Amino acid sequence: MIVRRLVDGVDERLDGTSFIKRNLRKVFPDHWSFMLGELALYSFALLLLTGTFLSLFFVASPAETVYRGPYAPLQGREVSLAYDSVLRISFEVRAGLVMRQTHHWSALVFVAAMTAHLVRVFFTGAFRKPRELSWIIGVTLLVLGIGAGFTGYSLPDDLLSGTGLRIIYSAVLSIPVIGTWLAYLFFGGEFPSAELIPRLFVMHILLIPALIVGALSAHLALVWHQTHTQFRPQGTPEESVTGTPVWPKFALKSVGLAFMTFAVLTGLGGLVQINPIWLYGPFLPYSAPSPAQPDFYAGWLEGLLRLWPNWEFHAFGHTIGELFLPAVVVPGIIFTALALWPFIEARVTRDTAMHHDAQRPREVPVRAGVGAAGIAFFVLLMLAGSNDVLAKYLQVEVDTLNGVLKVLLFVVPVLVFAITWWICRDLRARDAAPIARPARVEFRRNAAGGFDESHDGAGPGAGPGEPVAARPADREDP
Amino acid sequence: MKRPERIAAAAFSVAIAAALALFVAYVQGSGPQAEGVLLALALGGVGVGLLVWATRLMPHIRDETQPRKKTTPATEADRESAVETVEAGVDEIKRRRFLSRLLVGAAGALGLAALIPIRSLGRSPGDSLFRTKWTSGARLVTSDGTPVTSSTLEIGSFITVFPEGHEGSSDSQAVLIRVAPDQLQLPPERGAGAPDGLVAYSKICTHAGCPLGLYLAATHELRCPCHQSTFDVLDSARPVYGPAPRPLPQLPIEIDGAGGLRATGDFTDPVGPSFWEEA
Repeated sequence: MIVRRLVDGVDERLDGTSFIKRNLRKVFPDHWSFMLGELALYSFALLLLTGTFLSLFFVASPAETVYRGPYAPLQGREVSLAYDSVLRISFEVRAGLVMRQTHHWSALVFVAAMTAHLVRVFFTGAFRKPRELSWIIGVTLLVLGIGAGFTGYSLPDDLLSGTGLRIIYSAVLSIPVIGTWLAYLFFGGEFPSAELIPRLFVMHILLIPALIVGALSAHLALVWHQTHTQFRPQGTPEESVTGTPVWPKFALKSVGLAFMTFAVLTGLGGLVQINPIWLYGPFLPYSAPSPAQPDFYAGWLEGLLRLWPNWEFHAFGHTIGELFLPAVVVPGIIFTALALWPFIEARVTRDTAMHHDAQRPREVPVRAGVGAAGIAFFVLLMLAGSNDVLAKYLQVEVDTLNGVLKVLLFVVPVLVFAITWWICRDLRARDAAPIARPARVEFRRNAAGGFDESHDGAGPGAGPGEPVAARPADREDP
Repeated sequence: MKRPERIAAAAFSVAIAAALALFVAYVQGSGPQAEGVLLALALGGVGVGLLVWATRLMPHIRDETQPRKKTTPATEADRESAVETVEAGVDEIKRRRFLSRLLVGAAGALGLAALIPIRSLGRSPGDSLFRTKWTSGARLVTSDGTPVTSSTLEIGSFITVFPEGHEGSSDSQAVLIRVAPDQLQLPPERGAGAPDGLVAYSKICTHAGCPLGLYLAATHELRCPCHQSTFDVLDSARPVYGPAPRPLPQLPIEIDGAGGLRATGDFTDPVGPSFWEEA
């Protein structure tokens, strides 16, 4: 009855019945890997919820105070109001620590899920025309997610976050011509300035989340409008989508996934300690923690800084600082190339056609090779980003390890590309000329009591030379 | 009840129980572990219930196949007319050439005006990156303000020092190290600023600005904990390993009549990572 009146009401005002009907029956193709984007979406939802709670207690101020809370080792220490308020959230606000840790875990899963989603879309060619814009917005979301994470873990004003901020400040300072001005305008003056924490706070809770919500809405609207790519089941026409209708099955499944994501993240938030800032201590400009590792998504940037040679350029009374290449130019090139990949690939392959079918990685060996080599490159840089810890575990000198990593950084991606390319080509060739099934031989008893033998090619999938498995069938629900 | 239905019912029941238990845990202040686990059970119960319901209990209609909406529904004529509409509008605006040029000018001027609030964000760098709080005669003190004397340090040890009155200052932090005087290999003009084997350098790494925390007395090297840049203390803090491109600036010091240490001027070079205005 209520539904009836709702539908009537909407239809009278917005002429929307056909819209409702069409969209409730819209089908979504199903594949486990399509879940990765949803995972990112739901961890972002939890970030907003827990973040709102935290923002009610956080004090974005560098002003000094004396800690008088329940955490004994820091009692009587001079700390900033920001640090003090995070300790309060952790030790005094009821359920504050579980919220804070869940927030941090959600941030890690958010970026990780976006990365995995990006990798999936890359290897299956789901970024191809007409979905280039979705891809570009997706890369933008990844950058925004990293920015949100960075501004977030810089807020508590602890020793570790202060070190990260100082490195970013130094990177901005290294930019030619405008670097010093840019650093002074952005950071409010020479590091560490009193303006910094309030600014990071505004970026973290207003500017970046607003941009993420905007970009995310556009991303989802595009998926909805353009529909998913999919591994099209055999026998369905090219211009079709096959899958589960939104209402009620897909909706229930997706909401179920949302709750599972929340469950895992709150479980982690309660049980697995993360960013225990009381152990790091408050930020002191003349102290740096050792060893110091950033959150995982900044690890490859940190690795670049650690391995880059000490090149610096001086000319005409000016200097281009060492950090400019590894901290500004190289990441800039990497993200630009990533964002433009659909156009780069289309140009190289001279492919201007529309594509709605997802590809298996083997179908485009060169792309799969590039993707695998890229992953190897980032993993090596991440290892380099924690070379001090790694050296300790491996019991080698950091200098030796750095030397090895520098060589591996050039060798391994090339090898990985070659191996991936070779495997994919081989798999593709097997798909094209699969092992023939033995022809079916039928014996039939005849009236004379003997047997007739017939080599029969009829019957489904029985003919010689027919593929054993050409495409994976759409997932079968039990 | 079918088995999946029993599983879903159990899951929802767990969710109810856990959510109610959460109230008790909250009121008693049971801490993050209990809260986290109960939240996970409550949320996970709903999640499992929904997933089992959707995948195992909803009738499995064969996956539906729908025609994909064409992304290019417009006809050639439609597109042509869209282009014409846009162009006609542009022509109409362009017709008033004088006005349209003024409009572009106004937009540009407004763009420039928008820089005003950006300028307010920070002060001019000026020469602030070229100097620190060290002045000739400034007394060397530790982070808690204790004056440093020529007998504070033994050979092979080091401390962090600040100009008196600016304890904790970021750009003025310096390391004071004592080595055997005959080991120092400073250029002649710098030697006077390192009396009795006491030599002071900026504590800020010239790579990314981290404070140098490690002094390896055996090799007389200062090492940065962030990216492992390493400087030779005996040889004007020349970088010997890692990504740092420049030596650490030296702080010239002297021993005053009472045995206290004082700076005889600012650092020999701008401290910290390189920037454009630097030579």
